[in-house]
Amino acid sequence: MAIDQVNLDIQPGEFFAMLGPSGSGKTTCLRLIAGFEKPTFGSVHIFGERSDGVPPYRRNVNTVFQDYALFPHLSVLDNVAYGLMIAGEEKSTRSKAADEMLELVSLGGFGHRKPSQLSGGQRQRVALARALINKPKVLLLDEPLGALDLKLREEMQEELKLLQRRLGLTFVFVTHDQSEALSMADRVAVFNEGRVMQVDTPESIYKYPNSTFVANFVGASNIVPAEFVSALTGKACPASLRPEFIQIGYGDGYSATVADINFMGAARRVTVDLEECRLRVLLGVDQEAPRIGDQVKVSWAPENLHLMEQNSGNR
Amino acid sequence: MRSDQPAPLSIKILAGAGLLFLHLPILLIFVYAFTTEDKTYQWPPPGYTLKWLEVTWNRPDVWEALTLSVKVASISTLIAMLLGTLCAAAVSRTRFFGREVVSLLVILPIALPGIITGISLRSAFNIADIPFSFWTIVLGHATFCVVVVYNNAVARFRRLSGSLIEASMDLGANSFQTFRHVILPNISTALLAGGMLAFALSFDEVIVTTFTAGQQATLPIWMLEELVRPRQRPVTNVVAMVVVIVTFVPILLAYYLTRDGDQVAGHSK
Repeated sequence: MAIDQVNLDIQPGEFFAMLGPSGSGKTTCLRLIAGFEKPTFGSVHIFGERSDGVPPYRRNVNTVFQDYALFPHLSVLDNVAYGLMIAGEEKSTRSKAADEMLELVSLGGFGHRKPSQLSGGQRQRVALARALINKPKVLLLDEPLGALDLKLREEMQEELKLLQRRLGLTFVFVTHDQSEALSMADRVAVFNEGRVMQVDTPESIYKYPNSTFVANFVGASNIVPAEFVSALTGKACPASLRPEFIQIGYGDGYSATVADINFMGAARRVTVDLEECRLRVLLGVDQEAPRIGDQVKVSWAPENLHLMEQNSGNR
Repeated sequence: MRSDQPAPLSIKILAGAGLLFLHLPILLIFVYAFTTEDKTYQWPPPGYTLKWLEVTWNRPDVWEALTLSVKVASISTLIAMLLGTLCAAAVSRTRFFGREVVSLLVILPIALPGIITGISLRSAFNIADIPFSFWTIVLGHATFCVVVVYNNAVARFRRLSGSLIEASMDLGANSFQTFRHVILPNISTALLAGGMLAFALSFDEVIVTTFTAGQQATLPIWMLEELVRPRQRPVTNVVAMVVVIVTFVPILLAYYLTRDGDQVAGHSK
């Protein structure tokens, strides 16, 4: 997968997420940092040092692989101690360090097992412990939670976040799950088709997407067509309007017909048809729900209509 | 497909007959190793004796042939393990122009009839003015031994996840350390199995050896000569018995080492 014109500046101690659909270049970007891929043009600097031509084994960067890549022939303890073994540490020193590392990821006492005897979540922790033992400056995580079930994934999200804060390390996290990126990262880079579409804090990305692609990929959004926006604000560009920022009432607002209602547990998703466009609205379940076919008025605070003047047109 | 119903009697009898047909002749060889009659293979043997074991033990030509065979098999196996592993690594781990062709060319010697390999090697040695020697036999044997090791190694390499190597590099290991600590432990049983099969193949090889050996006789060649020119015939049977045992052990070991996974390829040369 090729990436083009990617210019990222990741701060020390930052939890940085690279978010994008599969094939958007986020993993390639990670592999560039790890040293598994060579840039044909441009370069990667790690803590100010240009790392062109530096092989992966001489970079102070460690990776948690998507499939964990635990060594099947080694015990859990030897897996974790691998980095120290290569560094030439004494057996007693490295066993002790590996034991501590396993404690850190709450796997104390699992050292003698083989990776094949562990569950997915446990393997993930072993991979994490193994990557942390060399005390890297940057930890790269390639969709580390992708193979876990929902419950476990949420637990691990929290744990990873805590661990990152405790160790003060720079984490670079690749994911295609927008909610994961939003909830964990300090800053998010949204990738699409080998380019970075937007880099910002999760909140800014959510509130102020700069393109229809970002607006659609990060959370659900209504893309208000340029003609309607032009009539509303005088500027001819598409705008993003988050469903939860829209109110439904019977007083002031734009006339609309209720087309569909979906109950979603924490909220109700109401689809309304305006003359100009179709909008999705998120209503709290405590709010009175309209019925399909009702004539309603929809309204929103003007500042919540986010204009995307730089929209590159990627849909 | 597997059925839980017991097989009908007729099938059982047929299967038994098939197995007998395959293995009874081998048993006959064993019986004739103990016969008292040494000119013709007379059935039933007029009497039984253990003296041929002693006679065989004291025949220097048997020992010469045996040593030569063991030497040839060992060195061909070593060469095969080295080249076969390297080739398997290249074919399964990297992409390059002509990869499929290389893969096919490596396997070809085992598909080719031994007589073709033998004749072509013989004429090649003649053209290059290489005198027949121990090393020409080794070369001939290495051609098919490489295939066996390659087949076993390539199957294992394919199962080896590529990210294991990246993980090792990521943790600070250079190529050599990665090979030593990650690749080798993961392919070792496949290599051992391939090596044992290669050894067994080389040890009882006749056709290629006939074309590539000069005056020397490996054990199978020696046996062939003995049969043509009968003198203490049961000695041949004793040697045959030893060959069966010597080749059987590594094949069995190889089977046990790889039974949960890789196929043992090139079993029948």
